[in-house]
Amino acid sequence: MSEATTDAKIRLDRLNVHFGANHAVKEVTMAMASNSVTAIIGPSGCGKSTVLRSINRMHDLTPGARVNGSVLLDGEDIYRKECDPVTMRRRVGMVFQKPNPFPAMSIYDNVIAGYRLNGRGRRSEMDALVEQCLQRVSLWDEVKERLHVNAMQLSGGQQQRLCIARTIAVMPEVILMDEPCSALDPISTLKVEELIDELKEKYTIVIVTHNMQQAARVSDTTAFFYLGELIEMGDTKKIFTNPEKRQTEDYITGRFG
Amino acid sequence: MPRPSHAERPVIFLPPRWNIKRGLNGDFLFKGVTVLFAISILGILLLMAVSMYRQSLPSIHTSGWSFIPGKEWDPVGGTFGALPYIYGSLVSSLLSLALATPLSIATALFITEVANRRVGGMIAALVELLAAIPSVIYGLWGVLVMAPWLQRTVEPFLNDHLGFLPFFSGPPYGVSMLAAVLILMIMIVPIITSITKEVLLAIPDSQREAAVALGATRWEMIRMAVLPYGRSGILGAVILGLGRAIGETMAVTMVIGNTPKISLSLLDPAYTMPSVIANEFAEASSDLHAAALMEIGLLLLVVTLIINSLARLLLWGVNRPTGGQA
Repeated sequence: MSEATTDAKIRLDRLNVHFGANHAVKEVTMAMASNSVTAIIGPSGCGKSTVLRSINRMHDLTPGARVNGSVLLDGEDIYRKECDPVTMRRRVGMVFQKPNPFPAMSIYDNVIAGYRLNGRGRRSEMDALVEQCLQRVSLWDEVKERLHVNAMQLSGGQQQRLCIARTIAVMPEVILMDEPCSALDPISTLKVEELIDELKEKYTIVIVTHNMQQAARVSDTTAFFYLGELIEMGDTKKIFTNPEKRQTEDYITGRFG
Repeated sequence: MPRPSHAERPVIFLPPRWNIKRGLNGDFLFKGVTVLFAISILGILLLMAVSMYRQSLPSIHTSGWSFIPGKEWDPVGGTFGALPYIYGSLVSSLLSLALATPLSIATALFITEVANRRVGGMIAALVELLAAIPSVIYGLWGVLVMAPWLQRTVEPFLNDHLGFLPFFSGPPYGVSMLAAVLILMIMIVPIITSITKEVLLAIPDSQREAAVALGATRWEMIRMAVLPYGRSGILGAVILGLGRAIGETMAVTMVIGNTPKISLSLLDPAYTMPSVIANEFAEASSDLHAAALMEIGLLLLVVTLIINSLARLLLWGVNRPTGGQA
């Protein structure tokens, strides 16, 4: 893994996460390169989501969660005292497992919600941004006639793409995706996967997935976690064809998990 | 007697579940019982309204429509007008609601969004304790402690500095509309707070996370994700608070001064509909007086129903744009 450390966008260094007495993530050191897609795979409860959520300090919201070690974003530790998590999260966006648009808002307002936190832009600018973000997630043609209807009228797959549009409207550098397709049907899944492929030109993407075919399809690098530890990480093709560790091979061939 | 052949046997079509003995005994009976109880609630309300109407007929015949806009209440002379009571009830409950609502929402937000679990839990328990205190205790404290303090300190201060406004003019009595508003506020804050707290706790964390992941501060998260998601529930909590305020009798009677006059000044004593009923029903001087009190009760019922219907309309209006949310 040492070859990735120089141009790494994100680097985890001896990361440990505890929830009360539960040691969920153990001594994880890994790096994600700029403009790449890193997939995190592993059986349920192996700590993959926990690792992902420590990259934008989501654990700050969880009572009883403790994070030790460091997460470097462009070489700077986001857990250092002076780091303001609010500003940091504008650089590290997140897409969740279940689509979670704001139900009291229209499609338009959902897309622009994060952007508005930085103060109100001019109407024409916001209109342009909304169109651009919805184009980006290929939702524009489906919703351009009804931008001001409630976001909950969209289907699940459309809602998830709306959430991705909302995330990229803040112009982050990194997008974290926590099983973004697990609540979607195959066609919506395909659309989101195509989107991930396009997004990596501009963003660094880390995706947690239960679906190994998905990891193989969308990612450049794959990391396999088991019981809170990083077992193996490397080129996706290599992990899926010729893994070094026995546990990795057992998992990807379906012998357990 | 020979059994009829298959062809002659009468064919009876019954709904399928009636053919199943279990269904007939269980579901049918259950449905019947629940329908009966549901209807009986409506029946009791109707029965009450009708009997109150009949009891107040003498007053309705004597005063006619002038009962509602009438300002004079003279049991000896036989003139009855309800306006001071309606005014007192509406003003005291609406003002207390206006003061209690922001306070309650802020308290609930502190419990669920700001405080850590232990402190929040402790405050929530205290708030629930406050909600359980009998109203006569609030009234006693109000009349023995709060009213004298208002009379000596607060009301002269308001009078000196804001006395140019009609709302704070006149001599300080202590027992006053102001005292009623404050005591009602103290009484409804726990109710609104604890219901709002439940509403906020029911909001999925995914909503909070969505806002936080966009780079929202805690306040921005509350404004963006928490309050809009919970707005209909919070409105419901406020309406329950209003219901409690408008019907509250004991504590208000003890501190409002019980003077049937309409005054803009909060420092003046006033009177409410429940208070006049509680004060006068035992010594109603004539049948007409008793009927007039009954008519006040009927009016209170109507006012409460109107407020509740308006609130339902409001809730409906708030909920509609949300559509079918998960």
